[in-house]
Amino acid sequence: MTETGISRSGKFKVPRVVISAVLLAILFAFYITIQPRGFSTYVMTIWSNQGLLLALAAIAQFFVVLVRGIDLSVGPMIALTNVAASHLLSGSLGEVALGVLLVMIVGTGCGLLNGLAVVVGRIPPIVATLALGSLYSGVALLLRPTPGGDIDETLSDALTYDVYGVPTALIALAIILVLVAIPLRRSRFGMSLYAIGSSRDASVMTGIRVPQVTLAAYALGGFFASLAGLYISMLTLTGDPNIGPSYTLNSIAAVVIGGVALSGGVGSPLGAALGAFILKTISALMFFSNLPPLAQPFFEGAILAIAIALGSLGMLRVRSRLERFL
Amino acid sequence: MSTTSSSTTGTGRMASWGVDRSVVILLVASVVVLAGAALESPGVLSVNYLLQQLQIAAIVGILATGAMLVILLGQIDLSVPLTITGTAILATSLAGSGNPTLAFIAIPAGLAGGLLIGAVNGLGVAIFRIPAMVWTLAVNAMLLGITVFYTSGAKPAGAPPSLMVFLARERTVGIPNAFLLWLVVGALVLFMLRRTVFGNYIYALGQSPRALFLAGAPVERIIVGVFALAGLLSSLGGLLLVGYANQAYQGMGDSYLMPVIAAVVLGGTSIFGGSGNYSGTFMGAIFITLLASVLSLMQVPDALRQMVFGGIILAMLLIDRARRTP
Amino acid sequence: MTSLVEFSAVSKTYGGIPALTDVSLTIEAGAVHAILGENGAGKSTLMKLLAGVITPNGGTIKVDGVERHFATPRDATALGIVCMFQELSLMPHLTVRDNLLLGDGGPMLRLIRGAAVKAVRASLDSVGGSHIGLSSLVSELPLADRQLVEIAKAIHRRPRLLILDEATAALTAERVETVFAVIRKLRDEGCAILFISHRMYEIDAVADRVSVFRNGRHVETFAAGTRNRDEMIGLMVGQPLTELFPPRVAGPAMSVAPLLSGRGLSWERGLDAVDFDVRPGEIIGLGGLDGQGQQYLMHAVFGVLKGVQGTLTLDGKPLGGVTPRRAKAPGVDIALVPEDRKTEGLILDMSIGENLSLAGLSRKPYGLTKAAGPADVAVARLTERLEIKLKSLDDPVKVLSGGNQQKVVLAKWLALSPRCLLLMDPTRGIDVRTKAQIYRLLQELAGEGLAIILQSTDYEELIHLCHRIYVFYRGRVVREMSGDEVTPDALIAAALNAHSNTAST
Repeated sequence: MTETGISRSGKFKVPRVVISAVLLAILFAFYITIQPRGFSTYVMTIWSNQGLLLALAAIAQFFVVLVRGIDLSVGPMIALTNVAASHLLSGSLGEVALGVLLVMIVGTGCGLLNGLAVVVGRIPPIVATLALGSLYSGVALLLRPTPGGDIDETLSDALTYDVYGVPTALIALAIILVLVAIPLRRSRFGMSLYAIGSSRDASVMTGIRVPQVTLAAYALGGFFASLAGLYISMLTLTGDPNIGPSYTLNSIAAVVIGGVALSGGVGSPLGAALGAFILKTISALMFFSNLPPLAQPFFEGAILAIAIALGSLGMLRVRSRLERFL
Repeated sequence: MSTTSSSTTGTGRMASWGVDRSVVILLVASVVVLAGAALESPGVLSVNYLLQQLQIAAIVGILATGAMLVILLGQIDLSVPLTITGTAILATSLAGSGNPTLAFIAIPAGLAGGLLIGAVNGLGVAIFRIPAMVWTLAVNAMLLGITVFYTSGAKPAGAPPSLMVFLARERTVGIPNAFLLWLVVGALVLFMLRRTVFGNYIYALGQSPRALFLAGAPVERIIVGVFALAGLLSSLGGLLLVGYANQAYQGMGDSYLMPVIAAVVLGGTSIFGGSGNYSGTFMGAIFITLLASVLSLMQVPDALRQMVFGGIILAMLLIDRARRTP
Repeated sequence: MTSLVEFSAVSKTYGGIPALTDVSLTIEAGAVHAILGENGAGKSTLMKLLAGVITPNGGTIKVDGVERHFATPRDATALGIVCMFQELSLMPHLTVRDNLLLGDGGPMLRLIRGAAVKAVRASLDSVGGSHIGLSSLVSELPLADRQLVEIAKAIHRRPRLLILDEATAALTAERVETVFAVIRKLRDEGCAILFISHRMYEIDAVADRVSVFRNGRHVETFAAGTRNRDEMIGLMVGQPLTELFPPRVAGPAMSVAPLLSGRGLSWERGLDAVDFDVRPGEIIGLGGLDGQGQQYLMHAVFGVLKGVQGTLTLDGKPLGGVTPRRAKAPGVDIALVPEDRKTEGLILDMSIGENLSLAGLSRKPYGLTKAAGPADVAVARLTERLEIKLKSLDDPVKVLSGGNQQKVVLAKWLALSPRCLLLMDPTRGIDVRTKAQIYRLLQELAGEGLAIILQSTDYEELIHLCHRIYVFYRGRVVREMSGDEVTPDALIAAALNAHSNTAST
């Protein structure tokens, strides 16, 4: 479950997270040099805010991919929670707090529904989350047919600027990663998530409550999607029912870049977050490069495709052709 | 369709009256939907309205034929929306270019584009072993980028090829040409599935890629072939749509993904691959078209319609599972 | 001694095919109880029932005198029944530490403390695994270490009944001794141990009681040491071996040119410079302990593996770039009956007819299924020759018995008139009558000039059918035997001598 370790031949393998971190550092340095405003709190804050948003979506995807699933409803869940936030995040401090809680419940509930369709309904994750995703998008559109809404600015200001020059988004991300990583690595629940992704049969034999843990993974996915939805509300101060689609693919690409195996059981939230920041840095680079703006969607798509293809290159190294047909 | 033909799906649970079961249910459901709608607006029972439905059903049906082939492999093609839009834009801009040679090759070029997109999908799945839903989603994103770049984000210029207008809008001896085209396409695909080695391989691959590989079948070529064929059919559906709408436009394919998958799943094709009958897909497309048409007669917003399709897919899969585990 | 688990008239069928019939058996605390039987005798079904993986169709299972129904492995574990399944108990992407911790049933949400990790270390050390790091990934451990971790994981749960399924297959002699010492210690502490093994000498070394199973039935239980090996084998097989196997026929002369040869075949994950030859009309055997590279050689020849080094020669000409598709092509004509009939040999939901024609589809004229190809005539002939019992070719192949299913796999390949037939454990889980039929068929086919490579875990099969045997150990051929050299003792010795030889190098 760790990315570190000595391989059988005795050679030291560079941990996957370190590779991602180095790649991010290089991209970031490059970005800072071509960014006309250079290294400043403002640039850092914008970069961190965008990165955190995708990182939350990627962590949502991470939990589901970890148990060998896939969540095509990450985007719709983000859109739905964003729209819900635009209805709920206003008024007194107490009302806003209650609103945040309700939005989290909506997201977690959607994730739980995905999990139920997969675990109890035994529907393949792709189709289950695709179909449920269309339900979530539909609800979002019904709740708010066009972008708009009223979102409390105090909370937004607190979360989208900086503290003594350090972007609040980075601090929030660090806190989230620590809060997630500790139980993930050091509790039997966290290990069970890895175990199920690694080998479902062995997990059953080990006595892990596979259905319940899988359900929890999907619910956690929904919870983090709601955090992403909340954070979009903070950034844009509106609710937009059409914001979802790009997040689904971007979250998948981010986890792949971050070293999370689509076959389950391998990876970390830190990796997923790094993958998200790498993707965001690349698109920021493109924004400041001389690429025609209209060509950018294509290059973003191409980079996602290449990232996913590279993440799957492991299959080309498979030495027994039979292993491809498990 | 005979249940004892050696090239049926062969699954035990379909042995008795089950082959035609989903067809019968869909037929009844179609009548119920029509009857319900007739209570509101009696016009739906007119011959003209019904023929018009067959015309639209032909588009859904041809798209569903491609989707069915991919689902028979146990895979899914999420690039359908942009395959439709992309090839439609390609064909209209060639047809409207003013150059007779380019106009002449508009349809072949559109179809070739679909074939190529399908082949790219298939290569990613067969050679790089990238999960189909992720790879086709990435291909979809790239195609979106290409169309945005090509059209500069504006409404695409060009004109529909006149042959497509003829096929999509005209009638021959009172029967819509589109429906006749669908019958021809359906007959060819039916023949392929039932009478050719390639068809047998498709079912076998959906059932057990491992066993088929060890039987010495060209598994990779089959996968690429099926995706390419599905891309071709998607572009044919897209071209019909161009003829029907008299134009190509951004996002024209977006609302087709869910209904097309719903048509296939409703028609009894297993989402796990390896079993399904074309007659089911045929009736599925007709039912979905009627349902969509009736929903729009009732002025149900598109968001809600997508929810209905998603809900239908889920319900079908849950029913299917309940039937399989007594 | 007190009885811990009691089976009364327990039966289990899979889709109408009996796997275990009317079994009554008592497992006592403080004893090592060995279960003996051929492949398909019902040993693994017995284990899965105890482990809660499957539930019986009939009969009762009592634990401590109370009737129990296990729905999941959790229920079995809660009663102290812990099962070590081969290759099934470990999560490969997890560390050794996490694998052991997850099995101990501690609270899900509380953070792991140092004491728990110390306990893990102690369990691992007790089975002789002190050299294994707790933070190593299981997938990166050698097979032998993985097996030690599996045993440690089972022991770590403090079982009252420990079920060991071929637990020591990959271990060297010294390691086996360490594990046996642990087993004896557990027994002395009052734990019951169900020990499943193919290896007679292991059963002699560690068992207190022995139960023999045959064809899903419990044949007899006796105290260890009261029966000699021949008697035990007799109980396992149920009939004299002479009736099971056809009389031996001499193979082709060594001067006959080989049809297929391999030289220096190596593959990074389990083949090390293997040479072999097989002549037309010859049956060669691949023997040794399970999983020593025999299967990889088969896969290498049939083109399943990528990156195989060395050369293959067919008819004296080099044969390169093999894939299953090329291997079966006319002019090459190699066929493979794979190891797992249900997932590799057949497509269970498809009809018998479709399965029979699957390999021959590529030879249909114009790619049309209705067009009769040369293979179709052969299929019809072979269905009769192999005496495949079927009602209709349109029935799904899964309704057939295991033996008839295997005949379908054989017929599907023989229809292509191969020149070389590769067989991977073709009689696993098959009734004795069909076994005898298959043996006779193989000998006839060899007589007709087919070159046959037979890989088997059943050494009697190798001894009675093969003209020559290559014995494998850790990816290498450690011994080639033929003629009078081939005896049970010599074969076992070859497989085991290899042990100490390699362990010392």
